[in-house]
Amino acid sequence: MAVIRDMIPPCELFQPASIGDALNLLDQYGENSWVLAGGLDSFDWFKDRIKRPEAIVDLGGIEELSGIRADGDGLVIGPMTSLTEVATHPDIVGRFGLLAQAAEHVATPQIRNQGTLGGNLAQDTRCWYYRGGWPCYRAGGNICYASAPKAMNAEHCVFGASRCVAINPSDTAPATIALDAQMVVTNSSGETVYDAEDFFIGPGIDIERMTVMEPGDLLTAIRIPGTWAGADFYFEKIRDRQSWDFSLVTVASAMRTSGGTIQDARISVNGVAPYPMRLDEAERAVIGQAPTDDIGVAAGDIAIRRAQPLRHNAYKLPLMKNLVRRAVRAEV
Amino acid sequence: MELWRRAANPWNQEVLIGISFDLMWAALIAGIVFVTGHALWVRSLATANGHGDDAPAPPGLPARILRHTFSARAFHWLMAISMFALLVTAFFPWAGIQFPWVTIHWLAGVLLILTVVYHIIHSTFWQDFWSMWVGRDDVETAKREVKRFFGKEQPEGRKAAKYPLDHKMYHHVIVVVTFAAVATGVLMMFRVDTWFWARNPYILSDAMWGVVYVVHGLSGVALISLVIAHIYFAVRPDKWWITMSMFNGFVNRKDYLEHHDPERWAGDGPQGQLPEQT
Repeated sequence: MAVIRDMIPPCELFQPASIGDALNLLDQYGENSWVLAGGLDSFDWFKDRIKRPEAIVDLGGIEELSGIRADGDGLVIGPMTSLTEVATHPDIVGRFGLLAQAAEHVATPQIRNQGTLGGNLAQDTRCWYYRGGWPCYRAGGNICYASAPKAMNAEHCVFGASRCVAINPSDTAPATIALDAQMVVTNSSGETVYDAEDFFIGPGIDIERMTVMEPGDLLTAIRIPGTWAGADFYFEKIRDRQSWDFSLVTVASAMRTSGGTIQDARISVNGVAPYPMRLDEAERAVIGQAPTDDIGVAAGDIAIRRAQPLRHNAYKLPLMKNLVRRAVRAEV
Repeated sequence: MELWRRAANPWNQEVLIGISFDLMWAALIAGIVFVTGHALWVRSLATANGHGDDAPAPPGLPARILRHTFSARAFHWLMAISMFALLVTAFFPWAGIQFPWVTIHWLAGVLLILTVVYHIIHSTFWQDFWSMWVGRDDVETAKREVKRFFGKEQPEGRKAAKYPLDHKMYHHVIVVVTFAAVATGVLMMFRVDTWFWARNPYILSDAMWGVVYVVHGLSGVALISLVIAHIYFAVRPDKWWITMSMFNGFVNRKDYLEHHDPERWAGDGPQGQLPEQT
């Protein structure tokens, strides 16, 4: 159970100045290390005494992990770049506005100033049973309290459950999928590049992780290719309160139209599965079609076809369906 | 090395949640050690320790004697497939090879249950049910073999009926372990989405679930060692004649006379008669 205290238990704090030093530390401490980006989620974990790492590796001093730079016709964004910078950078706002909108929808201005893109992408789920320190599957136990018959699961998943029904809470994650972004993950053995779609994993693959990253791994860059630069974007995040909350359902789409017909499309949602979902079938349904309301409705119907709601979250189905519909209709 | 994993439940009670991951490696090592030890021991034996094939051949003994009917072989291989699927889906993720394993695991478990049910019915009503039981002759033979092992002069015991004692013992161990895995596995299916019922993790208390997980885990790691031993014996050249019979159903006359007592087992042909001339 979570025991909320004011102080973090004793541990080592390291503030490396280079990626190499950080990787050495992560190698040295392995599963007992904790990568600290903006710290907004980490400090809750520590104070609640749920996560008790031996060593915290603070990435704040590694300059090469911050900033936005051009890379051919695309961009490379350092994972330690603040969400405010992502939301306001001219190159992102002008060419990849979807990501800027997503970053702007994260929490509050203060949190966006401190929070990083990498931290937002790699953040852990907000399932309250898990966050409460209960020994659920995701915490290494053998039960999902959120899927039990009388569980409070209004904010949990309608797709992709595999014992655990928690959702991915990231606002920026669906935008990276819609933009065909790539995640560069580095460890002491070298560098691996993952498509954003493959970077996020569900509990069927590993119930204790939200991404492919394992102890010793570091997200070192987010590459945004030029493929969708200047396309038509749509982002909408539905939450319980508009001021500051995690998403109930979010949609992020990128489309190119020509002659009144959708030539190509990427539609991604979050808040409905343990990972941000790309809606391949809905994309196929709209490509080659005029972006009418009827097509939007059809795409929405396709999008929710295999949903399996829990006791309290069936409302997510019409919500998701209408968000997909709006994303298509926005092209008109 | 830890044996169990524990956690505090929502009422802050310390409960078992499963076996330690270390036990998987322990079972793997135990299997390898057994296989290596046995191979070295057999190699060190100066002379063959088996029965001669000097027993008179019964009149009309065919060149090939049916040992496993098609249905028995089909059961064996289906069970093998399900067992491999269960072990791979259970332990590869523990070893760091991640993939969506849950659905494959419980489907393989359902296949295992179906094959076991089939086997129970088939062996009870269509096969010689008692052929797998340990009888007085088996015990006598075992005693003599143990004495011979420790250097005491002993006359050879009777040759085996259909199954030698070591096969029977292995079978019974597998029965116990598989039943433990199946019984606990069925209960664990209440905790995941399946075709059969709505999941409900509260049908048992946390403490009882801990026991279920531990028993399932222990039977699972035991199966690692048992399957390693089974495969080892299956590929040993001196046991190849048995392995081949699980492919084609038959043993040849020489192996039959060398390892079986025709008075105790006359093949699995109709009415226990020596079958098919070839």
